[in-house]
Amino acid sequence: MSRAAGRPGAGPGGWAVLAALVVLAVVMLSPFVIVTFNAFKTPAEYAAGGPLTPPQGFHLDAIIDFWNRVAFGEKLWNSFVISGTVAVAAVVLSVLNAYALGIGRVRGRLWILVLFLVANTLPQEALAYPLYYLSKEVGLYDSKLAVILIFTVIQAAFGTYLLSAVLGQFPGEILEAASLDGAGRWRALWTIVVPISRPTLSVLLIFFFIWTWNEFFLPLIFLISNDNQTVPVALGVLQGEKMMDATMSSASALLGIVPAVAFFLIFQRTLTRGITVGAIK
Amino acid sequence: MVLFLAVVVVPFLMNVATSFTRWSGVGTPTWIGFDNYVKLAGDERFWTSFQHNVALIVAMAILPTMLGLVLAATLFDYIGKKFGTRTAAGLRAAFYLPQVLPVAVAGVVWGWMLHPSYGAVNEIFGLKVNWLGDPDVALASVMAIMVWFQLGYPVVIFMAGLQRVDPALYEAAEIDGASWGRRFWHITVPQIRPEVYVVLLTCTIAALKVFGPIFVLTRGGPGSATMVPSYFSYLNFFQKVNVGYGSAIATVLALIIVVVTFLFLRVQERDR
Repeated sequence: MSRAAGRPGAGPGGWAVLAALVVLAVVMLSPFVIVTFNAFKTPAEYAAGGPLTPPQGFHLDAIIDFWNRVAFGEKLWNSFVISGTVAVAAVVLSVLNAYALGIGRVRGRLWILVLFLVANTLPQEALAYPLYYLSKEVGLYDSKLAVILIFTVIQAAFGTYLLSAVLGQFPGEILEAASLDGAGRWRALWTIVVPISRPTLSVLLIFFFIWTWNEFFLPLIFLISNDNQTVPVALGVLQGEKMMDATMSSASALLGIVPAVAFFLIFQRTLTRGITVGAIK
Repeated sequence: MVLFLAVVVVPFLMNVATSFTRWSGVGTPTWIGFDNYVKLAGDERFWTSFQHNVALIVAMAILPTMLGLVLAATLFDYIGKKFGTRTAAGLRAAFYLPQVLPVAVAGVVWGWMLHPSYGAVNEIFGLKVNWLGDPDVALASVMAIMVWFQLGYPVVIFMAGLQRVDPALYEAAEIDGASWGRRFWHITVPQIRPEVYVVLLTCTIAALKVFGPIFVLTRGGPGSATMVPSYFSYLNFFQKVNVGYGSAIATVLALIIVVVTFLFLRVQERDR
């Protein structure tokens, strides 16, 4: 890369740098493009033109085939139910915890927070087998509820840590004024603290949703039966199956990409605002 | 709090306890003291799996951080100024896009791209390489995929960090005739050092825990060419039903992660 330094205006050096970066961007994006191309081809078209030519038409056969074979609609619904429930439940739990810790001044709060943070860095492998064993004992194995419970707690541990830092800076005068007006702690939480910290809460909600959507390890262990699987688990397990041909495999990849990119586009604004929040994880 | 105990603390302690036993998952575990750990220390697969972890730290933390620094600084301090911030933002979005995928889906995409008979990569370069099936190439392929996957994260974090740097610093340096390279070393890197620490720490932890891409792409193979500790413990838990041994691996991994985290935080603290 040539780096013509510090001249104002875009000289030839400037264009060279730009070109290099655009080439890199194309390389980064090419898997998305190639997968999309091939998902819309017929097997015959693929055999004739190879993987790199754009599709001749808009053949949905491979996608529909794959969709029906894995009951993809059901997988999407499972992912939605699990991620959505976890996101909402974990945000509520985080707010309650952080409120109690940050404003209620529980004794030993620093240690509780450190414990939560350590819990967040622990590898799930070190929890997996006992969780698997315990959930079998209480009859929750292979149920969405088990996954929802586990991720709600894990995400809420992080959320509590983050929110108690935010709520720690919360101006105490407002709360004092509220309590002078006769508002109980409970009312102060719902009518003052929650509305004021709404931006942080919405960032957390979206992150929890996407993090849970992207999880692989624990859902792989807990959701054994086909009709409970989430999107990443269903796709990951099918990978490498012999009966999948080229177009169908790329259709499967495309079906995994589409929801993720859709969330990214929908939540883009909140995400870029909150990306530094995510950096702490 | 009760839930937290039930989901995190108790299972973790159970895991540690199980690591001192021989247990197949059913029946009563037999207490065998440190036998699992002794066996672990002499197990060649275990040591190779940690070497692969180091390789993945390079691919997931060190390379993306270095590339990310150069890219973020170029986009911010060069492209952004000469071609407008929209161009810079567009390129940033392109670099970031792989990051939005579930890591298992990224694995599916690359499993397809690198497929020995119908994959696109061999077609583009006119090669016949079995990227994920050849023990000499598999680890390098996985590393390259992880660089692709991770790169966007440091770019976005570093560009956000650069926004809080006082523009007067750059202007003063430009008036003094400092070259792009000098501005990079003397302004950009020192100013966003906190972000560099955060990215290095989070990515190192992610690399130590890596499971999804290995499961989807290679299942640790061929042989144990891409075996990592997390997959190794999974194998012992659910396929070989050596639960005690798997727990010992997971416990060691957890210890390493906690130690790495504390070391990072100490270094960062001292640096302030």
